[in-house]
Order: sequence, then structure tokens, then C-alpha cells
Amino acid sequence: MSTENKARIEAVNVNFYYGAHKAIKNMSINFYDNKVTAFIGPSGCGKSTFIRLLNKMNELVPNTRVEGSIFLDGDDILDKKIDVVKIRRKVGMVFQKPNPFPKTIFQNIAYGLEINGERNKKTIADIVEQSLKKAALWNEVKDRLHDNALRLSGGQQQRLCIARCLAVEPEVILFDEPCASLDPISTSKIEDLILELKKQYTIAIVTHNMQQAARVSDYTAFMYLGELIEFGNTDKIFTVPREKKTEEYLSGKFG
Amino acid sequence: MKNKIIEKFGFVLITFSVIVTLAFLAIIIYMIFVKGFGVISWEFLTSVPRKGMTAGGVAPAIVGTFYLTVGAVIFALPLGLACAVYLNEYSPKGYIVNIIRMSINNLAGVPSVVFGLFGLAVFVKFFGFGVSILSGSLTLGILILPGIISASQEALMAVPQSIREASLALGATQWQTIRKTVVPAAIPGIMTGVILSVGRAAGETAPILFTAATFYKRGFPNSIFSEVMALPYHIYALMTEGTKPEQQTVIAYGCALILLAIVLLISAVAIILRNKYRSSYVH
Repeated sequence: MSTENKARIEAVNVNFYYGAHKAIKNMSINFYDNKVTAFIGPSGCGKSTFIRLLNKMNELVPNTRVEGSIFLDGDDILDKKIDVVKIRRKVGMVFQKPNPFPKTIFQNIAYGLEINGERNKKTIADIVEQSLKKAALWNEVKDRLHDNALRLSGGQQQRLCIARCLAVEPEVILFDEPCASLDPISTSKIEDLILELKKQYTIAIVTHNMQQAARVSDYTAFMYLGELIEFGNTDKIFTVPREKKTEEYLSGKFG
Repeated sequence: MKNKIIEKFGFVLITFSVIVTLAFLAIIIYMIFVKGFGVISWEFLTSVPRKGMTAGGVAPAIVGTFYLTVGAVIFALPLGLACAVYLNEYSPKGYIVNIIRMSINNLAGVPSVVFGLFGLAVFVKFFGFGVSILSGSLTLGILILPGIISASQEALMAVPQSIREASLALGATQWQTIRKTVVPAAIPGIMTGVILSVGRAAGETAPILFTAATFYKRGFPNSIFSEVMALPYHIYALMTEGTKPEQQTVIAYGCALILLAIVLLISAVAIILRNKYRSSYVH
């Protein structure tokens, strides 16, 4: 992997604590442009905690502490002095449960543009359309852009959240179990979308579904009890894992 | 079998409690309506009291109550909402916030006449606003502040954390998140607090006794520094002073009816606003 092009994100020796509990242990990992990196592992192993470090969402949780460095375009995003807002604009996130704003479909996507100071109505309308098209939702909602977003189905809401994220033009997109609350058809739509999006973005996805990791990712990271046990090409991890723990997890011995 | 009987008994008891409560409400409204409706006329609503308050209308008191109530909300809503936002969104959780919260709850328990004395000392005397609409509004504002703060805080707490995360993850600042997402989603709950406060502010007598209300005033207030007549105080005056109780009692019930109507009217506006926001901000 070291022969790959330069990493978009480089995490070096990251430790993270909830109070006295060490949730992430000395984790180092790289993320590359146009690649999907999947995080698998049993519940509570630190997958979500780790990707939430990449856009500084864990800072909202009181009584937490982080050590180490995570470089994005050369800046250490764990540096106390870094502008949180700037990082979050570069690193978008799609959450486990679809969380559209209780506003219209249009307003949901325009929101990120408006907070960035975009005032031009035409520009906003154009970006809303493009984002919905990229998120494969345009055809389903183009006639009801001004309906409340909460009236959409769960799968549509999740694609709306993806569109909302795309509208602010991030470099990296984090998916935190994006299909956990969706039916199989919606799930497959999201997966197709992720494969499409990786042509333009750097993607990290946390998933409990190992088939999903196998289907969408280029690299897989297996985590256990806060440690990165194994990281490598998804094909390799799923066929010839190096670590015994990985093999046990993949074969369903625990998890 | 025994459990069934106990359940039946419990259910009857609960139903009975609801009926008693509703009955009281119905009797109050009925009494006030029956006793007061007779004096209500266009003249009663629009003219000033005459003949030592035994004839004429109560227009200055209606206008006064309206000004005082609206003034109290204008003062207390922004302040209370800001406090609630601070407590719920910005302040570090824990010890100090609990003390602040407790203090606010204690403020709610202060008897209203004490607020009246406070208003007299601070607004009327110290700031020199005199006995005026301004002093009365500020005093009533402080009276309803705790209610508005706790209602707003509950409304803010009910806004799901996932919505805040969604906004922050898009690169919104905390301020943008609060202003554009959290507060709008909380508006229905905040309005409920305002509705309750309006009823309280319009009906209170003690806080305006020394700060705003006057027994009799010939015309209408012409600035926020005028003293005013107010309905609750007017009722009190009609029932305790004067020499013609028969005529005065009827007018007092008429005032009570109008007071009820004003409270309902202001509440209705708040309810309409709340429903308007509820349709665009469903939970």
C-alpha cells in the first residue's frame, strides 16, 4: 500500500479516551483518494468513535480526550488551534440514523450553502439539483422539493442526507453505518451510490454487515477492543486474513 | 378478580377527578359569563368610566392590560430564550448549571407581591421610571421569566441531538446551528410557554399594584411612562372601594369576562403561530 499515491488522511498513533476508558488504542491508518475504506469489528470496538475523530464530532462529547495526530492535506486536525468548521467542511458525514432537518427537501440541501454564505438563488437551486442527482434521488423528489423532508421514506431520507453532504463539496465522506436502519433495497441503492461516489471522493464506512464491507470497499480495517488488528486490501482480508482474530470474526466465532 | 375490582375502582376515581376539574372550569366560565355578560356593550368596551365608576365603560383598563401584557412578553421572551439557549447549548454541564437552574425555579416560587415591591424599589424609584407602563411591564416580565425559561429549555432539550450533529457536520458554527436549526425546531414548545405566561401576566394584580396601575384615569395612556388602569386592578378597586356595590359588582364581572377574553385572544395568536411552525417543523 505504501506504493499508492499520497494519502488524503494520515492518522498516526491516535489514542482516545472517554473519561478513564481508553476507547482507541494507538491507531495508525491511511485513507486514499477514490478508495473506500471499511471498518468492521464487533459492537463497541471503536469503529464509530474513530471515524468521528476525522471530522471532530467527538469534541461534542463531554469528558473526552484525544492524543496523536491526524493529518488532512498536511494539517493536523487534532491540533487544538485548528478551525473545526474548516475541517468539517472538508470532511462530510452521513450518520447511522437518517437525520434530515425538519425542513423541506430543498431547504435541507440549501442549508449547507446558506451557512457558507451563498446568497444567489440560481446557484443554490442548481447545486440542489446536482446534489440530488448525484445522490440518485432527483427523479423521486423533483416534483415535491418543497415537501417536508420527514415525509420521505427512510432510504430516501438517507440519500437526502448524502445529497446534503455532497452540496458543500467535501473531500472526504464518512459513512457511519449508513444502512443500519434501512431495508435491503434501500441498502443496495446506498451501496451503488457509494461505489459511484468513490470516483470523486475519499470514503470511509463503518459497517456491521461484512458482506457490505466486501461489496463496497477497497480496503478493510478490522478493529477489536479499540485496536486496529488488521488492515489491508478487502480481497485479502476476506480470503486470507493474516491475523487469527480477524479470521475468527469473519467466520462468525464472535461479534 | 380482586385486581379487576381495584382497576375498575382506580379508573372510576381518575375519571371522577377529570370531571371535577372540568366542572370547576365550566362553573367559573358560566358564572362570569352570566354575571358579566349583561354589562358588555360597545359602549362598555370603548368608553371611559363615569360617575365614580358606576357607569360608562372600562376601555382604559382594557388598553392598559393589553400594553402591560405585551410589554412583559417583549421584555421576557428574548431574555428568557437567551437564558435557555445558554443553559441548554453553551454552558458546561454540571454543578454550576444545576445551581442556576435551581435559582430560576426558586424565582418562580417568589410571591407576586414581592415582585411588586421589587418593581417599586428598582424600576419606579431607582431607575426613576415612575409608576408607569414601563415599570409594570418590566415587573411582570420578571414574574413570567422563569416560566419562559423553563418552557424554552424543555423545548430545546426535546430537539434531537442528531439534528445538531447534522448541522455541525456540514460546517455550521454552533451559533448558526442554534439560530437556524435548534431554535426553529423548538418554537412550538417555546410558544406554549409564552401562552401560559400571557395568562399569568394579564391576570396578576400584585406586581402592578405599586408599579403601573392606577385607580382611575380619565383618558388613555400616551407613552410608556404613563400610569395605566388595568383590568385585574380595576376589578379589585370596584369590589373594595366606592359607594355603590350593586352597580360596581356587575361591572367587575364584566371586567373579568373581558380579561378572560383578552387572555384567550392572545393565546389564540400564540397557538396559530405555534401551529404554523409545527407544520413546517414536524418532530
